[in-house]
Amino acid sequence: MNILVCVKRVPAPGARIVLTDDGQDIDTRHLGFTTSPHEECAVEAAVQLTEKHGGSVTVLTLGPPEAVEQLRYSVSVGAHRVVLAPAPTTEWDPEATAAALVEAIGQLESDSPFDLILFGNESADSGGYQVGIRVARALGRPVINGLKGIEINGGEMVGRRETEEGYEVYRLPLPAVAGAKEGITLPRYPTLPGRLKSRRATIEETPVHLTPGAQEMVRLLNPVEEQTETIILGHGAEAAPGVVRLLEKVGLL
Amino acid sequence: MSLILVFVDNDRGSFSPTGPEALTPAQSLADHLGARLEVATVGEAGRTALEQLGLPGHVVSHPILSDYAPEAYGEALAQLADHVGASVMMAAGDDRGAEVMAHAATVLDRPLVANVTEIVTAEETGATWEMMRTRWGGSLAEKTRLRSSRKLLTIAPHTFPAPGPGANPPRPADIFPPELPEHLARTRVVERIRLTEGLTLATAPVVVSGGRGVGSAENFAILEELAELLGGVVGCSRVATNNGWRPHSDQVGQTGTRIAPDLYIACGISGAVQHWVGCMASQQILAINTDPEAPLVTKADYAVIGDLHEVLAAVIAEIRAGKP
Repeated sequence: MNILVCVKRVPAPGARIVLTDDGQDIDTRHLGFTTSPHEECAVEAAVQLTEKHGGSVTVLTLGPPEAVEQLRYSVSVGAHRVVLAPAPTTEWDPEATAAALVEAIGQLESDSPFDLILFGNESADSGGYQVGIRVARALGRPVINGLKGIEINGGEMVGRRETEEGYEVYRLPLPAVAGAKEGITLPRYPTLPGRLKSRRATIEETPVHLTPGAQEMVRLLNPVEEQTETIILGHGAEAAPGVVRLLEKVGLL
Repeated sequence: MSLILVFVDNDRGSFSPTGPEALTPAQSLADHLGARLEVATVGEAGRTALEQLGLPGHVVSHPILSDYAPEAYGEALAQLADHVGASVMMAAGDDRGAEVMAHAATVLDRPLVANVTEIVTAEETGATWEMMRTRWGGSLAEKTRLRSSRKLLTIAPHTFPAPGPGANPPRPADIFPPELPEHLARTRVVERIRLTEGLTLATAPVVVSGGRGVGSAENFAILEELAELLGGVVGCSRVATNNGWRPHSDQVGQTGTRIAPDLYIACGISGAVQHWVGCMASQQILAINTDPEAPLVTKADYAVIGDLHEVLAAVIAEIRAGKP
């Protein structure tokens, strides 16, 4: 069971996203970075599948040199092999991203195809909702998005997708591609041995071509937010009568 | 005359709640460009709903399309777009709309702009367009430029109202039979598991939600108690999920559930942008927090400053005292 997980390094914003003056990027001078949440869960799901069925987990990222931080983190939580496809800029459209990943996957699959390639359902930052699907179609493999559960049964991937009334079940023949959603499983925290291992891990590099696509970001803007005048109902337990009056006003009591 | 084709998904005959929303910006665009607007849905089960829209319509029909099958849906819609000569194709950016449009865009070898909120400049269908779209689940806006003679877009959910019922008199829809290779049935729904649940996060009139300030899984008991008294459900922030205090199905936010209850009671939640986008559609927000400067306190309609355990205990006592 050899699994590839494609991840993206994204900033970890707090209560407000601050932009650079030219509106071309998020001001990240005071921010940490993380793995896009759906993808962090995809890495965990992949590690759990190899713990059950054997095999290995490879994590690939298309990103700046600093994305090795996210690759090392992947090793600390169980990934076996990590690969950076260096990107010269920070903005690429979804078609360009997919084409570069297909190129990288082609190089990684010189021996045999991965049984399973996992993506996040969408990236936390640019959120194009399409890269995994474009890659799968280019590789000629079946793909399903939005999975909240994943199992391997013989030569099939069994995926569960949440709906308003419960779950839908899909069965895809391997090799297959899937988009995971946060909640597919709970990511583990790195252990001390995991952290030590991640420091020694070899970061492989795969050069790819990034050609500008037909969709171009002009600039980023903070959405206009309604200014809310917050009514303070009180402090501590003495606020209870005010809260009850609010509950009555809303019609809940 | 150029043609705008809107895909409205149906699940066993019913449109998704957000599906028809894409028709509103599509109609404005059609009026602006003097273009023709047509609609499509997949599967005969959706015929009645489609015909009720009263627009020139196409029911895409094929044995493989007996249930949701994103690869086959995308292929079939790409064929329909070619057949009718659509120069613009739109759908709602909900789970299925986003997925099917990504497939269609790949089959047509065209770009797809996701979660559009406004079409800023569109002088003619073949020209370069400028649009606004969302990033970070709606926390950030992006002005984007699209150069493509054929344009595919998804519309950010909850941005436009769906057209009211009876906006146009019903009219019969065509049938469009795509040619689909048998193997595309490989990604069709094979089974549905119904979970017997009453209220859900998405439908509850009140959500009592807890974050870091709750402190432990056991401490959620008091939130449960209040939610039950008010006829609502318990929600949580990502911190609570990551600490294992609550299941992910309780999580409100960008990567959890987006909710719009009558009242959202946020207990001990500071309010990172990823949480805010999940709860901002609430009618009223009450924040309970020890920190008067917490972002969610400043964005809320009402706030109580104090320890959530003390406050909730007093509120529950007050409610019980008032009940005959």
